[in-house]
Amino acid sequence: MKLPYERPHIRKLTAGPPSKFGPRPGQQPVTELDGVPVTALAARYGSPLFVLSERQLRRNYQAAVRAFGTRYPQVQLAWSYKTNYLNAVCRVFHQEGAWAEVVSGFELEKALGNGVPGHQILFNGPGKRRADLLRAAEVDAVIHLDHADELHLLLELAAGLPQRPRVALRINLDAGTFPQWDRFGFNLENGQAWQAIERLAAAADRVELIGLHCHIGTFVLQPAAYGVAAGKLAALAQRCARELQAPIQYLDLGGGFPSTNTLKGAYLPGPDTVPPLDDYAEAITQALLGAGFRPDELPLLILEAGRVLVDDAGSLLGSVLATKRLADGRRATIVDFGVNLLFTSYWYDHLISPTRDYSPQTETTVLYGPLCMNIDVLREAVSLPLLAPGDLLVVHKVGAYNMSQWQQFITLRPNVVLIDMQGEVHVVREAETLAYLQQLEKVPGHLR
Amino acid sequence: MKLKPTIALSAAGLLFNPATGDSFSANPVALEILGLLREDAAPEAAKTAVLARYEVEAHQLDKDWDDLVAQLRQHDLLDS
Amino acid sequence: MNPARPRLTVALTGLNAVDSPGPGVAVARALRESPAYDVRLIGLSYEALEPGIYLPDLFARSYQLPYPSAGTAALRTRLLEIHEREQLDVIIPNFDAELYNFGRLAPELAAHGIHTFLPTAAQLEMRDKLNLAAFGAEHGLQVPADMRLFGVADIPKAAAQLGWPLVLKGRYYDATVCHTPAQAEQAFWQLQARWGAPVLAQQFVAGQEINVAGLADGRGGLLSAVPMRKLFITDKGKAWAGITIADDALPALARRFAAATRWRGGFELELMRTAAGELFIMEINPRFPAWIYLAVGAGHNQPAALLQLARGEAVSDFNEYAVGKMFVRYAWDLVVDNADFQQMASVGEL
Repeated sequence: MKLPYERPHIRKLTAGPPSKFGPRPGQQPVTELDGVPVTALAARYGSPLFVLSERQLRRNYQAAVRAFGTRYPQVQLAWSYKTNYLNAVCRVFHQEGAWAEVVSGFELEKALGNGVPGHQILFNGPGKRRADLLRAAEVDAVIHLDHADELHLLLELAAGLPQRPRVALRINLDAGTFPQWDRFGFNLENGQAWQAIERLAAAADRVELIGLHCHIGTFVLQPAAYGVAAGKLAALAQRCARELQAPIQYLDLGGGFPSTNTLKGAYLPGPDTVPPLDDYAEAITQALLGAGFRPDELPLLILEAGRVLVDDAGSLLGSVLATKRLADGRRATIVDFGVNLLFTSYWYDHLISPTRDYSPQTETTVLYGPLCMNIDVLREAVSLPLLAPGDLLVVHKVGAYNMSQWQQFITLRPNVVLIDMQGEVHVVREAETLAYLQQLEKVPGHLR
Repeated sequence: MKLKPTIALSAAGLLFNPATGDSFSANPVALEILGLLREDAAPEAAKTAVLARYEVEAHQLDKDWDDLVAQLRQHDLLDS
Repeated sequence: MNPARPRLTVALTGLNAVDSPGPGVAVARALRESPAYDVRLIGLSYEALEPGIYLPDLFARSYQLPYPSAGTAALRTRLLEIHEREQLDVIIPNFDAELYNFGRLAPELAAHGIHTFLPTAAQLEMRDKLNLAAFGAEHGLQVPADMRLFGVADIPKAAAQLGWPLVLKGRYYDATVCHTPAQAEQAFWQLQARWGAPVLAQQFVAGQEINVAGLADGRGGLLSAVPMRKLFITDKGKAWAGITIADDALPALARRFAAATRWRGGFELELMRTAAGELFIMEINPRFPAWIYLAVGAGHNQPAALLQLARGEAVSDFNEYAVGKMFVRYAWDLVVDNADFQQMASVGEL
């Protein structure tokens, strides 16, 4: 029986902490995902491979409904399509009861294709075209107006429509966060928002104002800021009812709730510092319940959660292609997934786990993707065991944004699988092929 | 390839270079190889010994051997 | 050793008795003089060259901890590993940056029989540099006016509001006194690059530096406050010599602080007394200061009393502290064997 091998390694002893005591975070091997061995997943579906957990998707959704629903009588979640619009993911959330929040004409069609009734689709975004507005009106989606040009375009279009389009107003406001997001919607503090509301109220024969919406930022770590936003939105809704006799049916507090990923540059890891969703629910619902609505007047509360529902339900399985030594002696490890697949590595220090046991020796390494591009750096320095080519790694919490912001660049995009509640594995998006990639290309006759 | 004769090597895998004051720790395979070199084993003999004792392919050991030499050179632990 | 004193094993951090020292070694000396306990000390270090590790007369053993940035999960594992071997009774963390993690673990540690007496997360938050001005306003405590800077464009606004010179402070550490817009701009970029946004602009307050070491019971009561005026300050702004002084306004301020926050555990108020006699709170440290042994010398063994608080025991009243006691810090070269360093640096314990 031979001894297990590990590449020979010597480490200079410095004043810094040794890498050799106790299990360190990220070093615990992850041998399976939802009960399925990672080696089996890689052997069957290839590497790299995105793996989604249906169990975690549902668990997250139910936890969010519980957090808000136990504190406020009327709550509705609208799944933020852009976070991950793979149909399988969207349909899990719709099965659980989610509406759809979309930000483009193509996302609107996607939601309709997933069987979401038009009246349960909220249409956000600063870039809606004339055709998008007409289509939204046709299917009775709620148009969240972003700016005055859009408002006036819609008023013009609405004049020729058989039924009044339903609209909500996107508001931006000072919730005490920095930077203040003022590029979307109408500003509250400078009177823009009220001006737009008056304009809509005056055109009540053509459009129906039913909601107010705000979205204060992304990965917002201060629950109190949501309380401020909810309070201001509630006051605005009450003013609508009081001064314009235009009662508001819903307040949409948007999304922006963080996952437990660790932001680059953060001193403490995400799991220790990110407030639980309950804290956000508490801040928002307390502000609404304390705003002075009569109990029967309390508006519907809508949340456009995205990242917090999906991030920790996605993992990326990949393998080591090579290890090398840089000019200054630093270790570099090349893996088979790059920034083209793991877009979020630009802003998170993702937790990366080995998938088998190693000795307690670790080495600090630069982690490079496989692209022949200088930008393809996943981590400048990460402490990992002494990896060898072919070793599998799991990157955690990659469910949000990667499967919508990924790029087909230099390499083709890999398989995406969903592990269902019974532990069955389903391919939900096939690995791309050269033929798929080229199907829209046309070669002019003289180049054939 | 020879380890500097003044380098102290402990059974626990600790190296000390008295000429510079630097200390190092070696993992088990590195310690095994350094021990063989210390006893003036030729590189090929040392590799054969490691192949006989550890679960590793010859091509992998060859690549890792070169990397170990690079590490020893970087830390100035080799004679010549 | 008084055989009547029960044995207590106490682990503590902050063994970096260097030129900008951590309080650990001073706290250790104080604990060894506990009238109530025969204290056995375990050192907890982050780096292999923290001098306290190499003081075997003070620390029976030392262990390395994962950096605070590794999070509570790694810290929990390591502490329980150490506990299994040393049967810890009390842990006293002495670094600002680690208190948050220890605080989160406190209930779990208590379940393992390890006592702590730490400020709450809310208390840590309210005295945070970024929140200090709001804290002062809320409790009627005088604090220099400040403004958060998110870009160099904010500097003229800050100067108009706070006047020149302007003190620019990093989010976590470092401060620069700036006399011109050009200096402020340069300092802003440096501080932002190092510590991130925002950079804090603070009103410059000239005067005499006075610090108060305090201990509060977590129910609004102040148990001890020992004021010290700095006599000699190093180029890092640390006191190298200081003297206990009598000024009723100082313990009174500490009492108001303890009552307002219901502070739990040790703290240090960094104060500035202006020529006009006004007292400004410049910073509040959520732990004992590095000069805490002066308080012991003046008759107030605050760390020893903290042990009793941690164990839920009554703390008897302190007598008056001695005025005019001085400390003069000195540097002392320990001679140790390389083998000790090797062991600490490779396996993380000694």
